[in-house]
Amino acid sequence: MQDRLNELQEEALKKIEESTNLKELNEVRVAYLGKKGPITEVLRGMGKLSAEERPKMGALVNVVREVIAEKMEEKQNMLEDAEVLEKLASETIDVTLPGSPVRVGNHHPLTSIIEEIEDLFIGMGYEVAEGPEVEKDYYNFEALNLPKGHPARDMQDSFYITEEILLRTHTSPVQARTMEKHQGKGPIKIICPGKVYRRDNDDATHSHQFMQIEGLVIGENIRMSDLKGTLEVFAKKMFGDDREIRLRPSFFPFTEPSVEMDISCKICGGKGCSVCKKTGWIEILGAGMVHPNVLEMAGYDSKKYTGFAFGMGPERIAMLKYGVDDIRHFYTNDVRFLKQFLKQE
Amino acid sequence: MFVSYKWLQDYVDLAGITPEELAEKITKSGIEVEGVEVLNEGIEGVVIGHVLEREQHPNADKLSKCLVDIGQDAPVQIVCGAANVAQGQKVAVATVGAVLPGNFKIKRAKLRGEESNGMICSLTELGMEGKIVPKEYSEGIFVFPADVVPGTDALSVLNRDDAVLELGLTPNRSDCLSMLGVAYEVAAILGREVKLPESELHSSEENASDFIQVRVEAQNDNPLYVAKVIKNVKIGPSPLWMQTRLMSAGIRPHNNVVDITNYILLEYGQPLHAFDYDLFGSKEIVVRRANDGETIETLDDIKRTLTKEHLVITNGKDPVALAGVMGGANSEVTSETTTVLLESAYFSGAVVRKASKDQGLRSEASARFEKGIDPNRVRVSAERAAYLMAKYAGGEVLSGTVEHDSLTIEPAVVSITLNKINTVLGTEMSMEEVEDIFNRLQFKASVDGETITVTVPTRRGDIQIEEDLIEEAARLYGYDNIPKTLPIGSSTAGRLTEYQYKRRIVRRYLEGAGLYQAVTYSLTSEEKVAQYAIESRDAIRLAMPMSEDRSMLRLSIVPQLLEVLKYNGARQNDNLAVYETGAVFLSNGTEELPVEHEHVAAALTGLWHSHSWQGEKKPVDFFVVKGILEGLFDKLGLTEKVKYIQSQMDGMHPGRTADLLLNGEKIGFAGQIHPGVQKELDLKETFVFELSLKAILEAATEPLHYHAIPRFPSMTRDIALVADKQTVSGKLKEIIVEAGGTLLKEASVFDLYEGERMEQGKKSIAFSLKYADPERTLTDEEVTKVHEKVLEALKEKAGAVLRG
Ligand SMILES: [Zn+2]
Repeated sequence: MQDRLNELQEEALKKIEESTNLKELNEVRVAYLGKKGPITEVLRGMGKLSAEERPKMGALVNVVREVIAEKMEEKQNMLEDAEVLEKLASETIDVTLPGSPVRVGNHHPLTSIIEEIEDLFIGMGYEVAEGPEVEKDYYNFEALNLPKGHPARDMQDSFYITEEILLRTHTSPVQARTMEKHQGKGPIKIICPGKVYRRDNDDATHSHQFMQIEGLVIGENIRMSDLKGTLEVFAKKMFGDDREIRLRPSFFPFTEPSVEMDISCKICGGKGCSVCKKTGWIEILGAGMVHPNVLEMAGYDSKKYTGFAFGMGPERIAMLKYGVDDIRHFYTNDVRFLKQFLKQE
Repeated sequence: MFVSYKWLQDYVDLAGITPEELAEKITKSGIEVEGVEVLNEGIEGVVIGHVLEREQHPNADKLSKCLVDIGQDAPVQIVCGAANVAQGQKVAVATVGAVLPGNFKIKRAKLRGEESNGMICSLTELGMEGKIVPKEYSEGIFVFPADVVPGTDALSVLNRDDAVLELGLTPNRSDCLSMLGVAYEVAAILGREVKLPESELHSSEENASDFIQVRVEAQNDNPLYVAKVIKNVKIGPSPLWMQTRLMSAGIRPHNNVVDITNYILLEYGQPLHAFDYDLFGSKEIVVRRANDGETIETLDDIKRTLTKEHLVITNGKDPVALAGVMGGANSEVTSETTTVLLESAYFSGAVVRKASKDQGLRSEASARFEKGIDPNRVRVSAERAAYLMAKYAGGEVLSGTVEHDSLTIEPAVVSITLNKINTVLGTEMSMEEVEDIFNRLQFKASVDGETITVTVPTRRGDIQIEEDLIEEAARLYGYDNIPKTLPIGSSTAGRLTEYQYKRRIVRRYLEGAGLYQAVTYSLTSEEKVAQYAIESRDAIRLAMPMSEDRSMLRLSIVPQLLEVLKYNGARQNDNLAVYETGAVFLSNGTEELPVEHEHVAAALTGLWHSHSWQGEKKPVDFFVVKGILEGLFDKLGLTEKVKYIQSQMDGMHPGRTADLLLNGEKIGFAGQIHPGVQKELDLKETFVFELSLKAILEAATEPLHYHAIPRFPSMTRDIALVADKQTVSGKLKEIIVEAGGTLLKEASVFDLYEGERMEQGKKSIAFSLKYADPERTLTDEEVTKVHEKVLEALKEKAGAVLRG
């Protein structure tokens, strides 16, 4: 009997070994370990054995069953793993096919520029002030030292609605309004972005509607050197640490002294090229010390308070920064234009 | 202002400074030099020639065959096409090997069989603009005075060996609208002297006052009027040097008398006018306001109708000049003129500006009066012009001037302390440095301790107050020398307002949802302005629009966005989604500023999602737009407060449009553009929304507060209802929510069927209801009890029953 068992074990192990899939393996299981299998038959035949031999043989049968079962499980694991691998292999995809598109949008390049400037000045303690786009002549001109008949009004021919109401030609009226609201008390540190309007025919460099962003600082000891330092921080953060700034005297009715700020040309490194018109410098913004008439009109004692103001055009900055060659692109909203600004800088 | 480098040397020594260096220095100290034009750049080999013989070209009607002495051993033959070429003329000859503008090289050539050794040049061929070339030579070659020598450099004779600096003058620096003004500026920059021009007058036995009287009725407009009389003038060309100087400044030479008035205008910045005395029509100059409807024919042969806001020079009866703007045709100096009546006056900027603007007539003269001239140059300019007329027109200057003078000239006297200068600029200048600056500017300055008192010459009318002195000090000290500091003192906290912060959230959300931000124009056409307005208010029209398309302020953003879709659609940019935030403008009457409401609007068309190789294609529809809005309201915490109600609106699809209510108030709309409009704009199905951004950003919201995550299981019951087609799901949901009470946590539509298997006028709509209690597990009986109530309510309030 013992021989028979050993023989069965050998036979079973061999068949397990030879099984190539789970179905075959299961057949082996049923054949050898099942209720009708040869091992069960051996057990039945144990009745013929002596009481002494019976437990011994019983133990042996169990050992054989365990050996087979163990082998069986081992094989089963192996076959299962193989089957999984095969299934996965059949599921292989072409990873170079295009992905399911996620809809993305983005802000307009002018918004990018404006928010970048806003954030930069917020970091320096400024607040963002806004005001109406349709303004009173008083805030747009008179409060800014541009009385009626002033020749400089020519510089910015305007869209009037009535004699006293017009589309603002700059964001400076927001400064006038803010100063008025502060009732002669400092300090003020604001940045004013917004749309402005001038009577220009739309072409590659002119637009009847465009953006402006201006800054105003009023306090008891505000110096021209503070303006210069502030503008340098701005220029370096906005355009790069390697850029130099220079101030040139200029004229604006609402500031005295007035300056224009240039930054060194990035393209030629200051040697002169077509972008900077061979000067090595690119004009970025206008600025100056707030004119005492402007301070007085807003209720500030110009003996006690001084201030500086600066203003620039986001379109111009975007054009310089991204190399855009036509201002109209900002307002036609061609998606082939807008999509180019998806990358965050 | 165009400044000739050569001419400027009459007044300031420019030794050792090139035109380019000068330009750089001028720019850095305050006046932007916009360009430096080297007049003879790109031109070589042009000499004076003497036309010895001229005969008709044998083979061409319009050509001449000339023998020209060009200062070489033998004269050369040149074929010339100019009609005005004649024997004996001195002309400019581009010799063989010469180069003309545009790199045009002159070669020996045969023209219709005749040899030509060069080219006789017109001034335009030498690079001069046609509009500055004297009229008599504008169609042909330029004829030089007889005394020029053949073979000499023609460009040098024409003073083209010069550079012209173009100054971009800001309105405050009108002093530099004169060569002398520029000379003072340059002298201050370089620390050199100014040399003034001279006039030498021989007194006549006759007095000007016997010939003319001056009466000014409008004294505020014209406080100073100076007249001179010059007899026996011979009208002819002015000297070549004067003509070339005028041309370098962009002014066309006419004749000696007119050229002299223009020369003085450029030299002193004082506009002058010369009348033909014999045509003047009386012996009295009367300056007065014009009468309404009075007319004058100006020198440009245009008849102009005047008003009482314009100032005229009259002969006591009729206007002979529009003061400060242009003379009249009736008294114009012509080749017949023998006696000149010369006017030098101070007219107020305002009255000249008004006339110039009303008549659309800007002249060199009006530009100067408008910005303000130096009152101290009125007489000296008249004297110098008279002197030049004696010298170059052979005139006899009558003794004295005839004047009206009610002008008080008070130079500005401004004091400032050194401390003030240094405090405003952040510098550490010494009093010596400051004093030196004002000395260089030739301002009279006296120092008393810490204070410097400056008497400002009348030529610098822009300097009135301390700050003006600070600017002069700063620009001549050099902005490069000002240190860089940052403001000190009390610090302020920089931040966005809540509104600004939330607006950024709205933008970021919409961009994240797949929309591109557009920025469009606020101005639109009358036709579009009323479309898609949320608030029905009047629109605002510009007083003087530039075009009908941009004549009114928008009441809504949607029409502008539709324009964007149309523009893109025409360029094969399909599948678009754009949004904009910006103001709309509601009229508030003509006295008040309009109400500006900030709106947010969007427009979507084409496919919302497509993944072609996987066969996925979803066009934009109402529910895409609504989904975007729902997400937005979730983001702002307004979901519970917003309702969508079916509505109708012009330009919108009558069945696919909803009004949006926030706390019961209409704040905007969403839906599909009317198919008719879509067709007009050549768009596919297009969906839009527009909301008052102000309303949604300013709406009160609950503070964010954490709710415990449910620990007990919920129970879900699905119901399929049969309801009238008109019963909207929102209504059914309202009934369910109300009847479901606190145990009902969620009710959502999961199926809708309106097909033919339904009874006429009915639809099937299925809801999934979720019941839960945060404190315990609900029993089946409890849920059933509530659920029955829900079904009962649906039946009672909406006639909706469970589908059998
Ligand atoms: Zn460059």
